[in-house]
Amino acid sequence: MQKFTVLTGVAAPLPMVNVDTDRIIPARFLKTIKRTGLGKSLFNDIRYEPDGKEKPDFVLNQAPYRKAQILIAGENFGCGSSREHAPWALSDFGIRCVIAPSFADIFFNNCFKNGVLPVRLPHAVVNQLMEDAKRGANATFTIDLDKQVIVRPDGQTVAFDVEPFRKHCLLNGLDDIGLTLEKRSSIDSFEGKQRTGQPWLYAGAKA
Amino acid sequence: MSTPRTLFDKIWDGHVVDRREDGTCLLYIDRHLVHEVTSPQAFEGLRAAGRKVRRTDATLAVADHNVPTTDRSKGIDDPESALQIQVLSDNCAEFGVELFDMNDVRQGIVHIIGPEQGFTLPGMTIVCGDSHTSTHGAFGALAFGIGTSEVEHVLATQTLIQKPAKNMLVAVDGALGAGVTSKDLILHVIGAIGTAGGTGHVIEYAGEAIRTLSMEGRMTVCNMSIEAGARAGLIAPDETTYAYIKGRPKAPKAGAWEQAAAYWRTLPSDKGAAYDKEVRIAAASIPPTVTWGTSPEDTVAITGRVPDPAAIADEGVRKAKERALAYMGLTAGMKVTDIKIDKVFIGSCTNARIEDMRAAASIAKGRRVAPGVHAMVVPGSGLVKRQAEEEGLDRVFTEAGFDWREPSCSMCLAMNADKLKPGERSASTSNRNFEGRQGPGGRTHLLSPAMAAAAAIRGTLADARELA
Repeated sequence: MQKFTVLTGVAAPLPMVNVDTDRIIPARFLKTIKRTGLGKSLFNDIRYEPDGKEKPDFVLNQAPYRKAQILIAGENFGCGSSREHAPWALSDFGIRCVIAPSFADIFFNNCFKNGVLPVRLPHAVVNQLMEDAKRGANATFTIDLDKQVIVRPDGQTVAFDVEPFRKHCLLNGLDDIGLTLEKRSSIDSFEGKQRTGQPWLYAGAKA
Repeated sequence: MSTPRTLFDKIWDGHVVDRREDGTCLLYIDRHLVHEVTSPQAFEGLRAAGRKVRRTDATLAVADHNVPTTDRSKGIDDPESALQIQVLSDNCAEFGVELFDMNDVRQGIVHIIGPEQGFTLPGMTIVCGDSHTSTHGAFGALAFGIGTSEVEHVLATQTLIQKPAKNMLVAVDGALGAGVTSKDLILHVIGAIGTAGGTGHVIEYAGEAIRTLSMEGRMTVCNMSIEAGARAGLIAPDETTYAYIKGRPKAPKAGAWEQAAAYWRTLPSDKGAAYDKEVRIAAASIPPTVTWGTSPEDTVAITGRVPDPAAIADEGVRKAKERALAYMGLTAGMKVTDIKIDKVFIGSCTNARIEDMRAAASIAKGRRVAPGVHAMVVPGSGLVKRQAEEEGLDRVFTEAGFDWREPSCSMCLAMNADKLKPGERSASTSNRNFEGRQGPGGRTHLLSPAMAAAAAIRGTLADARELA
């Protein structure tokens, strides 16, 4: 997984609540067997006209935000479908950090698996950052994961929380499966006990 | 005396393999359902790392999202859909995973076939790369949707790295009114608590109205927990649960059954168990409910009027609801039953079980679909379809002018050929009314199977009680 340490980039304001994962990447773009290439379809239906032309009023179609690396959004970002194509599309576009007052659980979790940092901040703070972000090319933020601070365009800082284990994995770009396989003997012994106590769960397993 | 525990606490505690200092757990996963859309990259990851599927006996795969609802013996026209289904088939063969392919009578929507096969059992942890995995919570199993990275993690390790959710109780007291269904109940709950009302929580549904629901009804309720923001919904197992499971192909057989049932009876929440959040709703206050907007929380009684967003104080929410009203092409204050519809979709993991087919057929019987309306019925599995046909429901539907089709996720998310055209309006028994969900520019009203059938007959959203 791609590491996340310090990110400096333009933040795009998306002042919408309940941005669902169908909006982030509509289902018809999920017919892929790859993780890459989804960035061009990110926010497809609010980004393009039906004929494929860009909608000029959509934030990511405007000059300073075409290279946005940070997104600032409203409550309950990423609700709906569990599709990991949502963080894949954000990441493929170049967005590595989403800041919002709240996130849906599955999307929040999926971000950490893909080197994307979701940051939860109080409503009032997100509103301030949203105003900063509206300053276009001057809306450059720095996100320092190790120090857990956001440096605003005017130099003021905002602290944020992140779970220690998730932070550790993101800072080091760690592969979860590799970490879990270090616990293989614990999994073996759990299965051994469960198989004795609840044998019906293993009815189809080889002896 | 030990601390009273909830159903969720008991299942969680019984599956912790390892716990880190910060409370992050390695949780054992008993069953894993796999479908074609969220698994190709996971199998690819296994292949790249030279890893195997740890427990093929605990893994079951089915193609559902891309499957056409027309005669499938001719294959799939869309090359991308065809490839995704072929890749699932190849991966299952390579890794030794059981697959119900498109021509298997047991094929169907992943959340319909798990319970149907007895793969879903009380007390289990169950995951799938699909948010509506919450459906299986109807059996008292902790079931939730995961992303593709986690699908790969479960395939390789049969575990997940998780932190425990909080406990939320939604109690629906008393009996539902005549003609009010489980779909009305859950839409009403979502309307009451909002689409983020259950975020960070597992919702346990309790109360008389829940206890008296059939398993099909309970699955409809738990299915839409995710629309209330909760990754999982739970209903304590009881005699209704055991009667549904007994005799199913993958359910415990005699001997093992008694041992399993004895364990299942220990699962219901202890008296005095604490919940982080509690909501109580009087069942009698729940009307037949539909959605008017583009979020599942935008609910209104069928007898009501489209609400006016102008009164909403929060600017962000007001803007979202104004946008929804414009997108849906509706006017605040208009009667819900004046909303004309173009298409009807009866199907999806929310409402495509035999009981749903029966409910819709009872309204359709002896009537005709309104002129200009296309109404499709998509049973949730080959076995649901077969049973419905044995009961003669297919003829009831076709004689009334409904289109009787093959099992698939179909127009719930429009990944196959079934979709709305821009501006078209549907009455749909599915679970999401997001912008573009059923096709770009399409407009979706969520409702129960009986109400969907009533809408087909009337050509407008309609109160099924008037046609009962």
